[in-house]
Amino acid sequence: MNGSEKPPIDPEKEKRKIKSVKRMKDIMTHYYIDAKTADQTGKKVAWVTSGGPVEPLIAMDVIPVYPENHGAMIGAAKMGVDLCEKAEEMGYAGDLCSYARADIACATVNGGPIGGLPRPDMLVCCNNICGTVLKWYEVQARYFKVPLFILDTPFNHTEYTPEAHAYVRSQLDEYIVFLETHCKKTFDHDRLAEVGRLSMAGQRLWQQVLDTTVHRPAPMSAFDAFFHLALIVTLRGTRTVVDYYTELLDEMKTRVATGIAAVPGERYRLLWDNLPVWYRTRWLSDKFAAHSACLVADTYTSSWCGTLKYLDEKDFLGSMAQGYSRVYINIGTDQMADMVVDMVDKYSADGLVIHSNRSCKPYSLGQYDIQRIVQEKRGIPSLIIEADMTDSRSFSESQIDTRIDAFMEVLK
Amino acid sequence: MISVGIDVGSISAKAAMMKDGELIGSKVMLTGYNARNAGERIFLDLLAGLDVQRDAVGRIVATGYGRNSVEVADKAVTEITCHAAGAHFQDPAVRCVIDIGGQDSKVIAMDTTGRVTDFAMNDKCAAGTGRFLEVMARALEVDLDAFGEMSLQADQPAAISSLCTVFAESEVISLIARGERRENIIAGIHESIGSRVIAMANRVGITEPVMMTGGVAKNIGVVRALEKKSGKSIRVSANAQVNGAIGAALIAAGIA
Ligand code: SF4
Repeated sequence: MNGSEKPPIDPEKEKRKIKSVKRMKDIMTHYYIDAKTADQTGKKVAWVTSGGPVEPLIAMDVIPVYPENHGAMIGAAKMGVDLCEKAEEMGYAGDLCSYARADIACATVNGGPIGGLPRPDMLVCCNNICGTVLKWYEVQARYFKVPLFILDTPFNHTEYTPEAHAYVRSQLDEYIVFLETHCKKTFDHDRLAEVGRLSMAGQRLWQQVLDTTVHRPAPMSAFDAFFHLALIVTLRGTRTVVDYYTELLDEMKTRVATGIAAVPGERYRLLWDNLPVWYRTRWLSDKFAAHSACLVADTYTSSWCGTLKYLDEKDFLGSMAQGYSRVYINIGTDQMADMVVDMVDKYSADGLVIHSNRSCKPYSLGQYDIQRIVQEKRGIPSLIIEADMTDSRSFSESQIDTRIDAFMEVLK
Repeated sequence: MISVGIDVGSISAKAAMMKDGELIGSKVMLTGYNARNAGERIFLDLLAGLDVQRDAVGRIVATGYGRNSVEVADKAVTEITCHAAGAHFQDPAVRCVIDIGGQDSKVIAMDTTGRVTDFAMNDKCAAGTGRFLEVMARALEVDLDAFGEMSLQADQPAAISSLCTVFAESEVISLIARGERRENIIAGIHESIGSRVIAMANRVGITEPVMMTGGVAKNIGVVRALEKKSGKSIRVSANAQVNGAIGAALIAAGIA
């Protein structure tokens, strides 16, 4: 007998495991291998912000790479603190978003779980998620000495105005010129129309996957969504996404039909707000599950399919202006609160768990108002957890443990 | 039936014993380095002090940040629920509890039955907690117990604007250097705690009557500052420091 004997397999736990996970890991591994070997295959690599217009890149055969997805991997691998500290040594403030800190530091040492991202040939930055990305991408453009395209999407305080539309729409044309210049080939509009169709199909499927949790008990939780999200972020506009989510949706439907729950004995249904706490997803998931609580939905993963209604297959390029401008964190707090209230109703949530994220100011600003509005309109309790998505120095286990226990005592 | 509540906080451990709905005794001691056995130690101390046998005790509930490591306890309940239960027992009219302990402060809103409806806790920061006062007492070379009375002698509370304990401490030191009266500085410190805690309280809403619990409630200066900031009058729990332990004992007895 040797010491590496495996613990006995718990058949109940096995049954609850999502089978598609393996395929998803394979896809992501291939994606990163392709990206990291791009210099050998002659493909170009663009770094792009998570809410950035990726479809034109796909149409130009450029491999999009996402520092934020990489940041999530760094967080999940618990390598965030080291890299953030490194950035702080370089002179960046500890108040700067930890994705930005981790990425800026990682570029200089090729650290992190996959030995750094492949060198970019160009950078594409869209400020529909925050203002941080502007300076972050400027820093990287200087560091790598590569061209940077900025898509400036004005904030929608109350409405999406015709002026804003015209402004963003005209930049999309400039974007095409930028790509033609740096890829040294003409842009194929038919190809974009096809990529646009696939992008929308992928988003539709992702929404359907998320919607399977309307069912009681939910076949998956927000923690699962945090994992399966990576594809719609990184490979949006490709056939791979459509195929994968079709398969995942089938699996979820089967789970619903056979009564397989993400949280056995699900009694409480909660809604999560803001980014995940990447280095503690397991801990949080177990913690809530121990209270028979399932996080059935979240405002984060649904952001990558939240603007489908503004997209138009017949004029994909034109409709991208609106689709990219009206994402969840580029709209006013009242509109955000309305969306949260709708989600509370749709997923029959008993409570709201709000991650006040030290890194992500645009996402965290207004949370107290959203909390109050949801409280007024739906009368459900809410919990605020103060943390950071990658920098675990901002996470206090005992305080969060007490808050969750107390919140569950209120719910019971 | 006899029940016991054990509250293991970051600085002190508290225990309370209830018999047939009456408080029959309580105990406070420093948690010390070994939080794990603090619960056990205070439990035995309580039994010895009241001359009660171990098997005469029915159920035991543990609370406080060390709640999950109290082995003698039958159950762990958070300090939020326990403080509400304790306050409700002492004064059934109470609808809001402000608890300032060693490492955190919290505000609890409750309904007329003592059930928690909402709560807020301070973030990972010592400002607005007992620890903040300890740091300031050291900087001022004043016994913490004298803080309350001294602050009432202030003619003009000093303005302390830093939210951070370390920054606030340097502010205090520069006030000392400038020759500001100690009384005014202490009153300023209390007001800064007052603003911070009331800002948090406003998030959950302050419905009167309000009761203050936790060790810091013994400091009349903080109570006055909270009243001034909120414009509401605040009752101080007669057993402020052991309020959480009382609540735990009530829950153990099935009364709350
Ligand atoms: S500030 Fe928020 S939106 Fe911006 S990069 Fe950081 S996490 Fe993303």
